[in-house]
Amino acid sequence: MTPRPILEINRLGHQFGDFVVMRDISLAVQAGTMTALIGPNGAGKTTFYNLVSGRYQPTQGSIFFDGLDITRMPAHRRVALGLLRSFQITNIFPHLTVLENVLVPLALEHHKGFRFWKSMSRERDLKRQAEEILERVGLASEAHRRAHELAYGDQRLVEIAIVLARNPKLVLLDEPTAGMNPEETERMVHLIQELAQQSGTTFFLTEHDMNVVFSVASYLYVLHQGSLLAQGTPNEIRGNRQVKEAYLGGSLDS
Amino acid sequence: MSARGFSGSVIATLVLLALLLLGPCILPIYWTMIVTEIFIMGLFSMSFNLLFGFSGLLSFGQAGFFGIGAYTAALLIQTGFPSLWLIIFCSVLVAALFALAIGYLCVRRDEIFFAMLTLGFGMMLFTIAHNWRELTGGSDGMPLCSVPPVRLPGIEWSLFPPVHVYYFTLFWTAAGVFILWRVVRSPFGLMLTAVRENKQRLAFVGADVSRIRLAAFVIAGGLAGLAGVLFCVFNRMATPDFMHWAFSARPVLMTILGGSGVFFGPAWGAAIFFCLEQLVTAFTENWMIVLGLILIPVVIFFPQGIVGTLVQWLGDRKESRS
Ligand SMILES: Nc1ncnc2c1ncn2[C@@H]1O[C@H](COP(=O)(O)OP(=O)(O)O)[C@@H](O)[C@H]1O
Ligand SMILES: [Mg+2]
Repeated sequence: MTPRPILEINRLGHQFGDFVVMRDISLAVQAGTMTALIGPNGAGKTTFYNLVSGRYQPTQGSIFFDGLDITRMPAHRRVALGLLRSFQITNIFPHLTVLENVLVPLALEHHKGFRFWKSMSRERDLKRQAEEILERVGLASEAHRRAHELAYGDQRLVEIAIVLARNPKLVLLDEPTAGMNPEETERMVHLIQELAQQSGTTFFLTEHDMNVVFSVASYLYVLHQGSLLAQGTPNEIRGNRQVKEAYLGGSLDS
Repeated sequence: MSARGFSGSVIATLVLLALLLLGPCILPIYWTMIVTEIFIMGLFSMSFNLLFGFSGLLSFGQAGFFGIGAYTAALLIQTGFPSLWLIIFCSVLVAALFALAIGYLCVRRDEIFFAMLTLGFGMMLFTIAHNWRELTGGSDGMPLCSVPPVRLPGIEWSLFPPVHVYYFTLFWTAAGVFILWRVVRSPFGLMLTAVRENKQRLAFVGADVSRIRLAAFVIAGGLAGLAGVLFCVFNRMATPDFMHWAFSARPVLMTILGGSGVFFGPAWGAAIFFCLEQLVTAFTENWMIVLGLILIPVVIFFPQGIVGTLVQWLGDRKESRS
């Protein structure tokens, strides 16, 4: 018996004007299964996340999250359902402190965004929770620094902390290790694995680096020029001839 | 650090308030009236800065709401409304409702498009006030022969003497500033800062960015309306000039002069503006040229404004000593 998928995509397609970037994608992400979407640069991974997270409206197909049709739902309402994302290019609140970066989503999580009168400094519960989250991602000592002052790798961790603050069911991570040195990459991979085990959160990540992805994901989808090329376990994908060809950059049969 | 900094700024504010309460005892009547005007424009600029400095929204139409506050008050006073409290309440409400309607159409746009939309609506409101002669008296405005007194249990306080107007204005300015102070420190205030910082990230952690902006727009519009009521009482009239787009530029100038990054920056900007005007007009009629000559170096060399730069400089010194 297979459990109900947390994310289900049916025949998703998208075009920018006349340019078709995505066609006929159907896939499912099972809750608790670390899933990855891989493919060479320009394959359409970021576009796919933009569609799932609500940044763009798809031109074809439908998206179901936790059994609910979210195809036309605005981005912020998808978040309220527990669907969060990170961005390929670090996306944080640069001039807020690291703690405030986490307090923003926490206030929203507790429906306090429209409290006009109580002082933020009295929201001790929120502050304590924010500190716990920073502890989990290893940024507790940086809490009072401004986010933009942090090292690159730490800024990417701030974004993970921001996402965790909404207590997500599913997190889309768009190339979480992009631009990182090997040491930072190692730390990020370790963190994602740890979070996946400890919390009830499912992670769905994209990567263009096959080595990273084979070490974390237990199920893979391969995207190539906007279409799904293959899917399977890391071992199945590793042995797939079509995937190898795509990554070598040539379609040998044309 | 923040606990000490907090009580320090509260003490500084209370000292300032005490000085302002003593103002009319020290100042000649002419300056009492100028300080009254500084209160009004200070509140107007600070309400503008809730949008500009805190939320990153440059509105060029705030005079519209200022003017709606002033005209609503003038109309209610003319029809013989007896209660000043109710007049203030209704005028602020009407200004806030206009802000709700206009804001709804503006907040989905960014930067220059937002600025142009607010400018456009501001010009429309001006034109209505200017051309609807039957209601507003057109370009002559609406002069008021009398203003109802402030009524408290057992007291009736006439708003005829300028000193009374001074205290009346000080009270309502302080009330407006207190509201702004609470709002910017609240969780909602944090949302505003987040809108300014990165509205995309904010939307993708589940905030309805347009609603947050709209709420800020309504608060700013309501408080601009309050400033307008005060200006109407101060001048004993409402004129279309209050709604002209050149009047919308005033809070922008004052905020840039004082500094948008400091809570009281815009109010200090208003104070600097009026004091300079007094100083300069003693020597020349070309006050606007001098203002331009001052603004240009401020924008180029002190983009955080005069007070903003001072505050930062003091902060740096404190840090380097400790
Ligand atoms: N907003 C856009 N308008 C037009 N074309 C776009 C847009 N965003 C992405 N593309 C194109 O879509 C294709 C897929 O891009 P992307 O999703 O960023 O790939 P990946 O993340 O896999 O590297 C690329 O050819 C890119 O140029
Ligand atoms: Mg990408």
